Amino acid sequence: MADSLPPPALEVTGLRKTFGDFTAVDDVALTIAPGGSLAVVGESGSGKTTTARMIAGLEKPTAGTIRLNGRGRPGVNARTSERREFAREVQMVFQDPYASLDRHQKIGDCIAEVLTLHTDLRGPARAARTAELLEQVGLDERHAASLPRALSGGQRQRVAIARALAVQPRLLVLDEAVAALDVSVQAQILTLLQHIREQTSVAYLFITHDLGIVRHICDEIAVMRHGRVVESGAADTVLTDPQHPYTRKLLDSVPVPGWKPSRVLATADTVPSVPGTEASKGDAGNRP
Amino acid sequence: MSSYQIASLGRGLIRSSRLRSFVRGHGVLAAAGAVVAVVVLASVCAPLIAPYDPNAVDVMAVSQGRSAAHWLGTDDTGRDILSRLLYGARLSLLAPAAVVLIAGVLSSALAVSAAWLGGWWDRTVSALLDVVFGFPGLVLAVVAAAVFGAGLTVAVVALSVAYLPYIGRVVRNAALRECQLPYVSALRMLGMSGWRICLRHVVPNLLPIALVQVTMSFGYALLDVAAFSFIGLGTQPPTAEWGLMVANGTSGILAGRPEQSLYAGVAIVVFVIACNLIGNGLSTRLQGETR
Ligand SMILES: Nc1ncnc2c1ncn2[C@@H]1O[C@H](COP(=O)(O)OP(=O)(O)OP(=O)(O)O)[C@@H](O)[C@H]1O
Ligand SMILES: [Mg+2]
Repeated sequence: MADSLPPPALEVTGLRKTFGDFTAVDDVALTIAPGGSLAVVGESGSGKTTTARMIAGLEKPTAGTIRLNGRGRPGVNARTSERREFAREVQMVFQDPYASLDRHQKIGDCIAEVLTLHTDLRGPARAARTAELLEQVGLDERHAASLPRALSGGQRQRVAIARALAVQPRLLVLDEAVAALDVSVQAQILTLLQHIREQTSVAYLFITHDLGIVRHICDEIAVMRHGRVVESGAADTVLTDPQHPYTRKLLDSVPVPGWKPSRVLATADTVPSVPGTEASKGDAGNRP
Repeated sequence: MSSYQIASLGRGLIRSSRLRSFVRGHGVLAAAGAVVAVVVLASVCAPLIAPYDPNAVDVMAVSQGRSAAHWLGTDDTGRDILSRLLYGARLSLLAPAAVVLIAGVLSSALAVSAAWLGGWWDRTVSALLDVVFGFPGLVLAVVAAAVFGAGLTVAVVALSVAYLPYIGRVVRNAALRECQLPYVSALRMLGMSGWRICLRHVVPNLLPIALVQVTMSFGYALLDVAAFSFIGLGTQPPTAEWGLMVANGTSGILAGRPEQSLYAGVAIVVFVIACNLIGNGLSTRLQGETR
C-alpha cells in the first residue's frame, strides 16, 4: 500500500550548513507533498536563503539529505548532463528581478534557449511554445522582443517564472520572489502563482519574511529562527494558533494589510483601512 | 628629449585630475575620436598621400628645415620626415594594437575561467597576474630581447604578457561579480554547460569593461613600443617608426635641429592622449549605464 504512494516532491532531513564557526542552517527537516506548497518564514538571517540554495543545488550542505521525488539531488559540482536531467525536478526564482535575467538577451530568446536545451522543439514550434509560456505569465510578443531593461520589476519576475516553468519542474523554489516589488504588483504575481499551481502540478517552496502573504499562497508553513525550524504545520493552524513564542512574536509584528489575524480584527474594529485592500477600494468607489 | 621623458610627460598629463573632469564633456570624446580616425586613415592611405618614399635617401637634401618641397623637413640622410611619419604610423599603431588585442583576449580568457572555476585555478591566475604586475612592461621586454634577440615581434610578445594584469585584473573582478548574479545560477540550474554560460552570457556582458581596459592600455602600449624602439631593441632601422624616429633625431637636437624627434614625439603624445581620453570617456559612460 505504502509503496504506491508517490514520493514527496521535496524531502529534506537533518540539513545543516556551517560557514566557518557559524551555523547558518541547523538540522532542518522539510517535506512537501507533490503539488503542495510550503512557506518558509523567519526573520532576516534565519537561514532561509541558505536552505533554498542547498535545495536548489547552488550550495553544498555540510550535512543532511535532500531528496526530490525520491531522488537524491546531485552535488554542486555535478556534470552538465546530470544538472540538465535534474533541472526538471527543481527550479528557482530569485529575489532580485534586476539581476535574474541576462541583460543582453531578449526575453523571447531567453525562453527559447531553455526550450532548445530541454525539448526537441525548433523553429515555429519553439516560437509557439515560447509565446505560450510568456502568455501563461501574462506577457505578449512585444515583451518577447524586448531586452530586460525595457521591463518593470514585476514583468521581469514573470519572465523568470516563465523560464523556470519552461522545463516543467515539479518543485519551484521562490526565494523572496515578490519582496522587491510594489504591493499591488506583489498581489498580481501571487495571483499568477496561484493560477499556475492550479493549472500545473508544480509544488512551491515559498520563502518570505512577510507573514502577510503566506495564506494567499501556501497550505503549509515552517517557521525558521537561527537556522532551525521552530514550528511547522498547516498554514491556517499555525497562523491562527501559533504554539511557539517566536511565531507569536512574528505574527504580532506583521504590519502589512493583506493578512488580518482574526484576533487582531476582533480586538480592533477601528483599524483604519489601508489603500490596496478590498475594503478601501470599495470605499473609494462609493465616494461621489 | 627622449621618448621616455615624453612618456612621463604624457602620463602626467593624463593623470592630472583637471583633464579627467574635462573628459566628462562629449566634445572631448568626439575630438579624440577624430584625432584617432585621422591618424589611422592617414597611415592606411600613406602610399597615396605621402609625398616621398619613406626610405628614399637624398644626399642633396640632408637635414633640411621646413620647405615647400619637404613640409616637415628632412632627416640626416635626406629622407622626408612627413612621409616617414605617415608610414611610421603603421607600425607604431599596429604593434601596440597587437599587444592589447593579444593581452585582451588572453587575459579575459584567464580571468573568466578563473572566476568561473575558482579554487586553485583562480589562485594560480591571480598569482600570475600579480607577479607579472610587478614587472614594468619595458623591463620584461628588455629581458625578452636579451634572451630572444632584438626585434618588434619579441617586443610585442613580451609586452602582451606585461599587459595581461592591466586588463586581466579588472576583468576578473567584473567576472567574479557577474558569476555571482542570480541569472548565472538560474542557467546552471537549467542544466546549461559552463562553457555556454561563460561564452554566451558572461563574456558578452563583460565585453564593454574589457574594451575600455583595452582602449586605455593601447595608449600606454604605444608608448612602451616606441620607448623600446627608442632604446634600439624594437624596430630596426631603416624601418620608419615613431619611437625610432625620436631616437634618430637625438643627434640633431644638439645641432639645433630637433625637428625629427619633436614631430615624432608630438605624434606619440597626441595619439596617446587621444586614446586615453576615449578610454576615460567610455568608462564614464559605462558607469553611467550600469547605474
Ligand atoms: N556565503 C556565506 N558566508 C558566510 N556566511 C553566510 C553566507 N551565506 C549566508 N551566511 C550567513 O548565514 C546566515 C543566514 O543567511 P541567509 O541568507 O540564509 O538568511 P535569510 O533567512 O535568507 O535572510 P534574509 O531574510 O535577510 O534573506 C546569515 O547570518 C548570513 O550572514
Ligand atoms: Mg534571504
